[in-house]
Amino acid sequence: MTMAATNETTNEATGGAARPVASGLPRLLPLVPGVPEDLRAHLARYGRLPYRGGPGLLVHAIEEAGLTGRGGAAFPVYRKLALVARARGRKVVVANGAESEPASHKDGLLLRAAPNLVLDGLQLAAEAVGAGEAHLYLHPGVGPELLQALHQRQAAGLDRLGVTITEAPPRFLAGQESALVNRLGGGPAVPTFVPPRVSERGLGGAPTLVQNVETLAHLALIARYGPRWFRTLGTAQEPGTMLITVHTGSGGGSSPRSQHRGTQVIEAEIGTPLRNLIPQQDAHAVLVGGFHGAWLPIDTIGTLTLDNASLRTHGAALGAGVVAVLPADRCGLAEAARVVRYLAAESAGQCGPCLNGLPRMAAALAELAGRGHRRQVRADLERWAGLVTGRGACNHPDGTVRFVRSTLTVFAPEISLHARGHCSATNHAPFLPLPAALPVSEEDWI
Amino acid sequence: MSGTTAFWYASRATGIVALLLLTAVLVLGILVNRQGRLPGLPRFAVTNLHRNISLLAVAFITVHVLTAVLDTFVSIPLLSGVIPFASGYERLWLGLGAISFDLMLAMIITSLVRGRLNRILWRAIHLLAYLCWPVAFAHSIGSSKDLQHGWLLDLSIACALVVAAAAGWRLASAARQLPRAARVAAIFAQHAPHANRQAQQRISR
Amino acid sequence: MADTLRVNPINCTGHGVCAEVLPELISLDEWGYPIIDPGPVPPALDLEARRAVAACPALALKLTRK
Repeated sequence: MTMAATNETTNEATGGAARPVASGLPRLLPLVPGVPEDLRAHLARYGRLPYRGGPGLLVHAIEEAGLTGRGGAAFPVYRKLALVARARGRKVVVANGAESEPASHKDGLLLRAAPNLVLDGLQLAAEAVGAGEAHLYLHPGVGPELLQALHQRQAAGLDRLGVTITEAPPRFLAGQESALVNRLGGGPAVPTFVPPRVSERGLGGAPTLVQNVETLAHLALIARYGPRWFRTLGTAQEPGTMLITVHTGSGGGSSPRSQHRGTQVIEAEIGTPLRNLIPQQDAHAVLVGGFHGAWLPIDTIGTLTLDNASLRTHGAALGAGVVAVLPADRCGLAEAARVVRYLAAESAGQCGPCLNGLPRMAAALAELAGRGHRRQVRADLERWAGLVTGRGACNHPDGTVRFVRSTLTVFAPEISLHARGHCSATNHAPFLPLPAALPVSEEDWI
Repeated sequence: MSGTTAFWYASRATGIVALLLLTAVLVLGILVNRQGRLPGLPRFAVTNLHRNISLLAVAFITVHVLTAVLDTFVSIPLLSGVIPFASGYERLWLGLGAISFDLMLAMIITSLVRGRLNRILWRAIHLLAYLCWPVAFAHSIGSSKDLQHGWLLDLSIACALVVAAAAGWRLASAARQLPRAARVAAIFAQHAPHANRQAQQRISR
Repeated sequence: MADTLRVNPINCTGHGVCAEVLPELISLDEWGYPIIDPGPVPPALDLEARRAVAACPALALKLTRK
């Protein structure tokens, strides 16, 4: 992780007086870890909210900065901004804080530790696209810092648009764009078929810009310090920093170097070698991206960096910014079976292939994770994986298949072991975090 | 047989056939919706029969109305076929006929352009079938003395029973249908109970 | 023309009529849902494709211009 020296740079948006701009880390997270920054601290650190004075003006800076979405899809932000900005009539902006990935805690942390950055980004994005309506969508229990920030901003007259907060149900799909719009419209948080995309026709038929809260935080900084500053960290194709949630286990060998135990959210420069992020410990494999991500065998970690270009060479992607290091004493198959069971239960149940395929895949994986399985199971699993891909209204089946296929590849030796009635694990406690409650009725989706 | 009597007979005959056809259309419509099959026939036979017989019914009803208008024994204005209660003769019963014909036309016209119509709107109008048939039935019984006794009455009642049974079955099927939020759980119950228990055991050890 | 056939999987309830009308481009999976050839509809099958779209009881099949 590079930590460049602090430089004095002109704050482009406020012009005039030079303002010290740390060109290193952290950018989003508080300077003092664990100490959230209230409005005063926020303004002291970053300067005033730099409204541009009209719609569309920020979009070019975002394009130059090369900011991509931090919600999982890594879509170029300027394109969505430009699309919505071009549209006529009523427009809506939504800050998506519904971090539905159980293994990801970065959005929740950001909303507690730096809510003002997110709220700045929301106002700036609204101005950039000409939106008259701003929403914040998040799971319950984010904490008082956010409400306090909104209150303080209102008192200070900072926000041009009032922000409506809507609660997201604790569903894996709740943060999906069209599910989000459905929920904001009063319905259940289930996806709808696209086209039209929500940026063309969203909430109440209006073009709706949906951006992850971390993306908005980066946007708020680019608005202040400019695209060149943004590109001082990261790679040329994937500039900037990102928040990642790192899960490590209490390794069975209790190596003295494993200082990081449990879960931690860190801000890292994109392109950081993965071995710098993962402490030395006995591990089988690393899950990158989240439950729609992919496993990487531990021996590949030394050659890979925290960016999509590098991860893609091994069939993985940054996704929701999750890096989970599976300790060597756990069973990857059992973990994967639990994850796929969760993913299947979280299907919206709207599309035949997903509804039928995912539970069957979960059952098959559970059988593989058991002691001895029928020969048919492997072939069935492959067939179902092929059948569900691309045949749902959203990416849920596709993401699940990515996870399943990488499990079958990376844990192939373990599968053979289980087929003969053995297991390499000595610790059967669950490692990857999963919620206990699964949806059973319509109310669970509201 | 004089010309007027021939028209009158034709009107009554086409009316009876129309009632039979409409009964078939309603049953076939329910069959389409519930993905039912006719033995030995492909699936598209059910949908096509439903549509074609509905068009045939409209053809018969058109002749039914025209012959009634042309018959000079009683004076029935042409427009009373589609404008309810516009006829002096048997105002109420003929009016019901017009209402049911209007509903039919609404259903058929919206179905002809259903590709361009909002799905929910199309379905709402199509549900008027459950209103259309009883109104047509009331029109049939009320305006024709023939249907009020003898084998024609038996036939009419048989049609009513078939429609009632089909509609009742449709209602029961809807009540049995799993809500969206319960569908995945049902698949799990079918395919996973054993394997899931196994997985639970391994993890809890 | 270069139209492609797409199904709205939310509206599709697996009637299977489309696969009967257009078996050249549509087959049914083991649960009765359509697997559609993703390429453009060949001109020779254009009429059948329109018939298949019209035949779907759930209005789930669409011909979209690409």
